[in-house]
Amino acid sequence: MSEMVLDPAKAGAHGAQDDMPFHVREHHPENGTLLGFWIYLMSDCLIFAVLFIAYAVLGRNFAGGPSGAELFDLPLVALNTGFLLLSSITYGFAMLASQRAKLGTTLVWLAVTGLFGLGFLSLEMFEFVHLIHEGAGPQRSAFLTSFFALVGTHGLHVTFGVIWLVTLMVQLNRHGLTEANTRRLMCLSMFWHFLDVIWIGVFTFVYLMGVLP
Amino acid sequence: MSAHHDHHEHGHGHGAHGDGHDHGSLKSYAIGFILSVILTAIPFWLVMGHVIKDSSTTAFVILGFAAVQIVVHMIYFLHMNSRSEGGWSLLALIFTIVLVVIVLTGSIWVMYHLNHNMMPSMGPAGSSSVQQMHDMP
Repeated sequence: MSEMVLDPAKAGAHGAQDDMPFHVREHHPENGTLLGFWIYLMSDCLIFAVLFIAYAVLGRNFAGGPSGAELFDLPLVALNTGFLLLSSITYGFAMLASQRAKLGTTLVWLAVTGLFGLGFLSLEMFEFVHLIHEGAGPQRSAFLTSFFALVGTHGLHVTFGVIWLVTLMVQLNRHGLTEANTRRLMCLSMFWHFLDVIWIGVFTFVYLMGVLP
Repeated sequence: MSAHHDHHEHGHGHGAHGDGHDHGSLKSYAIGFILSVILTAIPFWLVMGHVIKDSSTTAFVILGFAAVQIVVHMIYFLHMNSRSEGGWSLLALIFTIVLVVIVLTGSIWVMYHLNHNMMPSMGPAGSSSVQQMHDMP
């Protein structure tokens, strides 16, 4: 890393001719993945937008069935939100540890992040099973269909995030903080924080606004 | 050259790639986390404590808090700024937001008018029979 920081100074000392190759070499390979991954996240954002719209349109069509006010357990949702928020900050700690090239600390924070992710998923599964047992499954009303589609898709994303996290921990354990692994860590970091951003929309738009009279 | 100097200044010692990508520091993560906790706690308190009597006012207020929290996450956790990836990620984000806003407001607007124009009072059958149709699973 120090080499990269020093490079511009060297280039400056050598003159303007050396400046351009540095520019080209430095700006392309690393950026491609991160920008591409960001564009993937934006496309994912559109998927969620469509599901949010479906919920916005159908969210009050109860078909004589239970409404959000009767079904949602806000303390449980608050706990879930807390889990996801804590997992975001612990992933941040993992990133900071990886920048200081501390493999062990990185792995510990990643493991903590994974545990919070699993906590979130198990609470969500508990909620879903509870709803289905009460007869409020996805087939009950348009409201519940759009609810399960939106929250379920988010849960599925978190599930794949946890799988990715475990895979990455194995890779980090085997190969260490190589350039490729650092890049993967950054991609997963974007993915994980992005899911937290989506959850802000979910708990506000679905749960909190769903229980308003 | 001035661009290079910029990178020097903000990449304080940790993995500066010289691409304007800010990887964050303990301070920025801590600020983001504390702001998020506050911005999460207030909407939950507003709704669970029935602080505001009017539902639509509460809805607008908590949507405002959500919007602010999304911006906080973008800045402090996703490290968005106008410099990252030479401005392309911000451009992609703006494009996505524009699309989402058009589709979201358009859908809600159209569907609201659709529901409005099919109100029970419009037909000769009166409200009760249409209400029954609504109640059918």
